[in-house]
Amino acid sequence: MKRLLRLIGAFLLLALSSALAPAAAQGEGSIAGFAADDYSETDKALGALAASARPDAPAIVEALRDGRLLASPSTKLVVYKDAKGATLDAATGLPAAAAPADLAPVRLNNRLRRSVDAALGSLTLMSSDPARRLAAAQSAFKARDANALPALEAALAKESDARIQRELAAARAAILAAKADAPEAQRIAAVDTLRDRGDQDARTALAVVVANSQGALKATADEALRHVDSGLALWANAQNVWYGLSLGSVLLLAAIGLAITFGVMGVINMAHGEMVMLGAYTTFVVQEWIRAHNPALFDVSLLIALPLAFVVTGAVGVLIERTVIRFLYGRALETLLATWGVSLILQQAVRTWFGANNREVGAPSWMSGSFELGGLSITYGRMWIVVFTIGVFFALQLVLRATPFGLRMRAVTQNRRMASAMGIDTNRIDALAFGLGSGIAGVAGVALSQIDNVSPNLGQSYIIDSFMVVVFGGVGNLWGTLVAALTLGVANKFLEPFVGAVLGKIALLVFIILFIQKRPRGMFALKGRAVEA
Amino acid sequence: MRMSLTRRMALRAAGALFGGALAVGSFGAQAQETIKVGVLHSLSGTMAISETTLKDVMLMLIEEQNKKGGLLGKKLEAVVVDPASNWPLFAEKARELIAKDKVAATFGCWTSVSRKSVLPVFKELNSILFYPVQYEGEESERNVFYTGAAPNQQAIPAVDYLMKEEKVQRWVLAGTDYVYPRTTNKILEAYLKAKGVAPEDIMINYTPFGHSDWQTIVSDIKKFGSAGKKTAVVSTINGDANVPFYKELGNQGVAAKDIPVVAFSVGEEELAGVDTKPLLGHLAAWNYFQSIKTPENDAFIAKWKAFTKNPKRVTNDPMEAHVVGFQMWVKAVEKAGTTDADKVIDALPGIEAPNLTGGVSKMLPNHHITKPVFIGEIKGDGQFDVVWKTKDLVPGDAWTDFLPGSRELEADWVTLKCGNYNTVTKKCG
Repeated sequence: MKRLLRLIGAFLLLALSSALAPAAAQGEGSIAGFAADDYSETDKALGALAASARPDAPAIVEALRDGRLLASPSTKLVVYKDAKGATLDAATGLPAAAAPADLAPVRLNNRLRRSVDAALGSLTLMSSDPARRLAAAQSAFKARDANALPALEAALAKESDARIQRELAAARAAILAAKADAPEAQRIAAVDTLRDRGDQDARTALAVVVANSQGALKATADEALRHVDSGLALWANAQNVWYGLSLGSVLLLAAIGLAITFGVMGVINMAHGEMVMLGAYTTFVVQEWIRAHNPALFDVSLLIALPLAFVVTGAVGVLIERTVIRFLYGRALETLLATWGVSLILQQAVRTWFGANNREVGAPSWMSGSFELGGLSITYGRMWIVVFTIGVFFALQLVLRATPFGLRMRAVTQNRRMASAMGIDTNRIDALAFGLGSGIAGVAGVALSQIDNVSPNLGQSYIIDSFMVVVFGGVGNLWGTLVAALTLGVANKFLEPFVGAVLGKIALLVFIILFIQKRPRGMFALKGRAVEA
Repeated sequence: MRMSLTRRMALRAAGALFGGALAVGSFGAQAQETIKVGVLHSLSGTMAISETTLKDVMLMLIEEQNKKGGLLGKKLEAVVVDPASNWPLFAEKARELIAKDKVAATFGCWTSVSRKSVLPVFKELNSILFYPVQYEGEESERNVFYTGAAPNQQAIPAVDYLMKEEKVQRWVLAGTDYVYPRTTNKILEAYLKAKGVAPEDIMINYTPFGHSDWQTIVSDIKKFGSAGKKTAVVSTINGDANVPFYKELGNQGVAAKDIPVVAFSVGEEELAGVDTKPLLGHLAAWNYFQSIKTPENDAFIAKWKAFTKNPKRVTNDPMEAHVVGFQMWVKAVEKAGTTDADKVIDALPGIEAPNLTGGVSKMLPNHHITKPVFIGEIKGDGQFDVVWKTKDLVPGDAWTDFLPGSRELEADWVTLKCGNYNTVTKKCG
């Protein structure tokens, strides 16, 4: 009984103190809530700010979103940095005088981030900047917040831009369709709007309607959902093809250097993966230098890294050829062991030099994010890698077909003695060809640093796949490598949704083993004298 | 003749002198006899990325203990070996540490498979292993002390958090294809179903080690998340595969506010290689975060940065586990007055040591320890912002209560002297 009484007492005290706290906060204006360092207080302050008619409210909410809203728990001072870098007092909007020592960014969690987006959406729906209005409409569509309906309708009435109008209408439809107290005809019309939109967000909105409705509305929504699903399924296939091409281009990029060193020169080069890794580390070093000395160049860091990576890994390649491989031509097993050793040495060297941890290679702005193409969502990073791979492939073809060096290299591969008799310095050509293969691997490393870990183990994960691609495509044939990489990529991506990533990979390996049994020289076998060389 | 005689004498004299020097030398060595501590972490190969740090932290702790005067009046000496991410080599190196170097205790292993590989060695040669990494549970051995989290100290609280705070109703359990994710996901699946989650609201997905092409899986997750119910991803994806996974999430625009990802193997160290701005708000569950403000933690971080001479070095959860484990071992050796394995094993349960987050962890009879559980959101600078924590320390449970066959088992090395006592049949084993 006594314990119970004490409990009740404690509870009352708690209720009293929590009742007093907001009162105190309100006394200083809602803005001070940001300084409480408490998520629910921040939420309340945000709600009050969004409801207030303050002209600088969007700026403050944006500052909150970007971590530029600072608060001091001790003095309850809340300031924000505007776009120009000036520090303003959030309560008054005037430049802030003194900054207390415990000024720290106001913390957000996921719930608050959603509130911030919703608040920003309703605050910027009427913005004069069309891009911001579009973003606001899109976030309102995703948020489906019933309270935003009046603001949306007002904005819709005033909007003149057709694209923004469409987004606003979709947002309105998504809210109306799920609104239990809206007239049924209105809701069905809203469902139709969503049906016509047919994307994944519309599907989400429709799924909510299906789950919470009855009768005619449910039937309409159900039909609409199926319609959207069948549309999405079609796009999913197209998406798979794109993913396959993108995976294939990564495989091709990793394998293309090997197609020279292994395919053309016949060296089983286990250190190929480490060349890719060195290229990635070159990118890292370039970016570190840019971060430290000239941050403005960051967006072109990859373009700067490309030639450097080619030179660095090419030089390492020539060095390996001159010191190890040239003594081992024609002795495949010894080459395999020697290059395997070289790969371990390179790995451990990088580990000692840069540390075992991953290194951060940032994505330039033009390689971040994604865009929609119909129902396809294409990420910029992957798209540029596909483009880059095609570029590298044709550049290499050009070098092999249209330059004196390419001619000599092909001559040496076809018939070493004859080439030598014609006055070609075969030693020099070997070294340069190995350097070219390694250099291309390095260039691949620059691109792969964008999608994979930059760690000493980077190369290991690509070496097996690269050999697989080159052997499958037919040793010594660049076009074979291209077709093999793309085939494996697309096949992998079509298998993955059905059997999962692990089984998919196994299935492909089994397929390749069977294929090699049937056609030991790969898809496009070289014919004639080159085979014997 | 004379000449040769004197020469011989001279030689003999020199020999005697040399021998004397040797003898003195060995006396000196005896006077400075050390207690050897084994450090069994991969310094090369795939796991070097995670384990090298733990080797460094052990060296720092031992150096610090020596500055305090060592242990039992003797200096500690670290014996570092490199099992090179090769599981059978772990067993060989463990044998070398115990049989040849006569270490008093070993701190080591990361992956569960490496722990399983050294287990027979520690049992056979009766030595002590401190294992610092969160793992799948379902084990309690007399010779092993688990200072990392058991599933009830990490996975279950994280799922509870998502259910309560984020109102998640649909679950993607994504993991790398090996024993830790598979067992953890089995436990989580059973737990979610017990909480009334329908089977069609759970999607389980496994990927190979080092998986780097996440396009299909991320778009599957997006699709799974468009069913109108709040969706979250529980990730047991291991180390290296995480960076491309998070990059793909960021690129495909899967934001934490729409589909949060809570990870069990992603900490400060793993994020050091990622641009975390697109990952803002994704979650991790651990028993320690570098960002937690306590005097102990601040001091530890400062020491660590000074020791590694790198002001950018981060700290993480398994490091803290070694800090706690090492303190417990030191206290147990002091209590037992010897480094003898049997006496230290008996002394360890009940030993308390302050952790870095302001609490006092205790070694339990099941050889697991009590730990606080924190949920952190990823911040833009690669650190975590703690958004939730348990009120008290959670005792580690070796055998989960959510799987049949494991529910009945109990580990107690103090009264029952058994790691898998069956409470139904009342038998050990």
